[in-house]
Amino acid sequence: MIDIVGSLRSFWRQLVANIDFPLFFITLAIMGVGLATVYSATFDGNQRVLSQLGNMGIALIVMWFVSRLPPQKLMNFAIPIYIVGIILLVAVFLFGIKVNGAKRWLSLGFTRIQPSEIMKIAMPLMLAWYFQKYEASLKLKHYFVAALLLLIPFALIAKQPDLGTALLVGSAGFYVIFFAGLPWKVIAGLLIATGSAAPILWGMMHDYQRKRILTLIDPSTDPLGAGYHIIQATIAIGSGGAIGKGYLNGTQTHLEFIPEKHTDFIFAVYSEEWGLLGNAVLVVLYTLLIGRGLMIASAAPTTFSRLLAGAITLGFFTYAFINMGMVSGILPVVGVPLPFMSYGGTALVTLFLGIGMLMSIQTHRMLVKK
Amino acid sequence: MGNFTNPEADLDRFRFRLGFAAICVLIAFCLLLGRFVWLQVIHHNFYQTRAEDNRIALIPIVPNRGVITDRNGVVMAHNYSAFTLEITPAQAGDLEASIDALAEVIDIQPKDRKRFKRLLDEAKNFESIPIRTRLTDSEVAKFAAHRYRFPGIEVKARLFRQYPLASIGSHAVGYIGRITDRDLKWIEDSEKQANYKGTDHVGKTGLEQHYEFELHGETGYEEVEIDAGGRALRSLKRIPPVSGNNLALTLDAKLQEITEQAFGDRKGSLVAIDPKTGGILALVSTPTYDPNLFVDGITPDNWKELNEHPNKPMVNRAINGAYPPGSTFKPFMALAALEMGKRTPQQAISDPGYFNFGNHQFRDDKKGGHGYVDMYKSIVHSCDTYYYMLANDMGIDNISKFMGSLGLGQRTGIDLGKDDSGESKGVLPSQDWKKQRFKKPEQQKWYAGETISIGIGQGYNAYTPIQLAQATATLANNGVMFRPHLVRYLIDTKTGEKRPVEPKPIRDLQWKQSNVDVIRRAMVGVNKEGTGTRAFAGAPYEAAGKTGTAQVFSLKGAQYKESSTKRELRDHALFIAYAPAQDPKIALAVLVENGGFGAQSAAPIARMVIDYYLLGKLPAGAAKEDSSAIEGEAEE
Repeated sequence: MIDIVGSLRSFWRQLVANIDFPLFFITLAIMGVGLATVYSATFDGNQRVLSQLGNMGIALIVMWFVSRLPPQKLMNFAIPIYIVGIILLVAVFLFGIKVNGAKRWLSLGFTRIQPSEIMKIAMPLMLAWYFQKYEASLKLKHYFVAALLLLIPFALIAKQPDLGTALLVGSAGFYVIFFAGLPWKVIAGLLIATGSAAPILWGMMHDYQRKRILTLIDPSTDPLGAGYHIIQATIAIGSGGAIGKGYLNGTQTHLEFIPEKHTDFIFAVYSEEWGLLGNAVLVVLYTLLIGRGLMIASAAPTTFSRLLAGAITLGFFTYAFINMGMVSGILPVVGVPLPFMSYGGTALVTLFLGIGMLMSIQTHRMLVKK
Repeated sequence: MGNFTNPEADLDRFRFRLGFAAICVLIAFCLLLGRFVWLQVIHHNFYQTRAEDNRIALIPIVPNRGVITDRNGVVMAHNYSAFTLEITPAQAGDLEASIDALAEVIDIQPKDRKRFKRLLDEAKNFESIPIRTRLTDSEVAKFAAHRYRFPGIEVKARLFRQYPLASIGSHAVGYIGRITDRDLKWIEDSEKQANYKGTDHVGKTGLEQHYEFELHGETGYEEVEIDAGGRALRSLKRIPPVSGNNLALTLDAKLQEITEQAFGDRKGSLVAIDPKTGGILALVSTPTYDPNLFVDGITPDNWKELNEHPNKPMVNRAINGAYPPGSTFKPFMALAALEMGKRTPQQAISDPGYFNFGNHQFRDDKKGGHGYVDMYKSIVHSCDTYYYMLANDMGIDNISKFMGSLGLGQRTGIDLGKDDSGESKGVLPSQDWKKQRFKKPEQQKWYAGETISIGIGQGYNAYTPIQLAQATATLANNGVMFRPHLVRYLIDTKTGEKRPVEPKPIRDLQWKQSNVDVIRRAMVGVNKEGTGTRAFAGAPYEAAGKTGTAQVFSLKGAQYKESSTKRELRDHALFIAYAPAQDPKIALAVLVENGGFGAQSAAPIARMVIDYYLLGKLPAGAAKEDSSAIEGEAEE
């Protein structure tokens, strides 16, 4: 008896040895909210809760495995994943499948993959590895090399075109460079350069991208076209009021006025039914998640793990902010899901890869110190 | 070597940057929360309304149009339910392809497609639009078998207007048709557009048009929740429509039918009035048309045939045909003379058969004249010379004043058509009239010679049959005049309350009873020993009447037409009558275009109508055109 209890206890201890419980429960809470919202968004149509539960299971297993890998092991993956990612992006550029005017997918015969998704993880890994390697002898030129490592995949993804993912990948890389100590002067210079390059960027943009920006400024110029999504989503949020219309009672949602309601626009569904109160709760949850991530980064023992943890955490912030900003009409519509809320397996697995790495960094730091 | 880095300093720098990032995150999230407060608190009401507008559509429910029945409850216009095939565009996908496929199952004409396209432009996405109306039972069954192939297309029961008596009384009842831009303007000018949402038919002529806003009813509506695709999901609230008011007419449908049959294929008009109320008992204009043709949009072929037919079946002669009254004018002239003191009943002339005025000779129809003629004889035998002289003695303005008081040359205000525009005024000649009618000064002057033929109902005189009937009814009613009307009462379908239209008299002309009696005796004499004798032979009641023959000429043309066998050039036959003479229950005016002498074709129709109305049966021997009209009747 005692033996059984004891072995069960030690098994459990083994099982959760690398789990960071604060992080775990915060993500579970957001996922719970997400699952309930997916149910509401799809209950009168094609129900997605069960398959999202499956996605979550897979994502949690991925997280568990990754969390058990020590950061040194993770570091070993940096170069291979990055190189594979670049090769696949070039392959997309050459042989990709065109869907809706964008070349984003690669056919593997039995399924299609979106290589830009890999880069969301590969980018911070690679740059964190790079700065760890030159930790002792960091010079300005290393920032240039890092910038180059960032810009190659960024350009390839932006060219597809997939501005949303390019921004996410680019920002993940930038966070690493920023935490690695990119001088403030350079940052200020970059900001000024970007500002003055805006007209040139405008000239390089695709028509649909320009239209998105224009309709953001004034959605009513195209109420039935590009502005429709923004208008309907802001109506949903605004009509939700302080306490919302109640769970499953969102009219904008259930009468199909909200586009992509279980994926990119799930926040509109949530916000309509739960109101400002629900929004505040969600924002607090994200703040807690980010706070915990930053704490892990702060306590991380090596340059690699610090930079990786910081970049992953700010990545979560970027996802959440861009998505909520887009749905509430203050940022242009780009294809960014709301982390841990939106329906979709790939995004969830990528997110939990990040969570797993954070846990790995957190739970392996004692060993490093020893 | 110079790049020696201090791990402690590095960590501090990193943590400082983490803190900086944390602050940025907090600022960004506060910005988001600010946006949420903006949307959900400050502008909540605005977005709340937008969301409601989004989800709720008001679908009008068209009320049942009021039913029109005759004085005995015979239905003249009602609604029946029929199946239509309707497409809801939001659900049907590619419309052209669906209709093409549908055409293989159900017969769809190009005109159906045209109408569908027109309606599609006007309609909202979630409303269903008819592609075919009046499906037969076998078509309904056929479609049902193929239904699975046509999403968004369904068979619906809709109400259609129907006129069970078809062409009988069509000029009185009128018809409804699809709302055109002109109708829409009328509706908007009447501030009724809100009540006409969903309504696609409107009264076009006749009672259907005059009582449009009574017959229409109040449109109900259904608040329906719709989704972004325009599909109606569920009903939130239903305000039922209120059916239009029913019209109970003064018209007697059977009398109407008999009268129309009596006209046969002759063109003409008859208006019979209850002199004590002004209620119209029969209002005939031949040829007629079938109003059912218009309900669903008349086909171009039918429209062309009706509009271009030389007999002009679409013209309502009773209110739009202006004819010289001919000798039917004489009793009114005689009464005018008595009332104005220009003649006494006994005052007599010696008729040589003509009347000389200036260097023109006005001839009487009877060669050699009627000899000694007093007022009685002047009416019974229709002596022209008597009235040439009388007209000359009275002068045009006296005649015009008296005839105007009888309503001649003015719109009667009968309840047909929209406002007054449907009715013609006719011509009541006077010096003023001539001044306004002509532009050149030499034409504007009234010549005394022109007054002479006015006396026998010729010249510029031109009155509608309804005016003549009204004048006759007024004569029958001792000068108490009513507005002729077709609706006896309106029945409020909500309360069942009857709202009578029977009006108060519009005018009492206050004639001297003895004068009226003189005219009555003379008009009774017409049917006893004068020009109407043949037509009223054997009538068990006493009828007052007067025959008339109107020469077919234009105002600009010569006064005398060559006699001709060509029907279009023959004179118009007229007859006015009322009966029973002592207690009149019916007064009427008949006009048969190109019917020749009044006694010949018009009087027999009047006899039939009066017999049927007073006795409930037709006179022995139908009132065919009396071709054996005798020479005595040629006196008119």
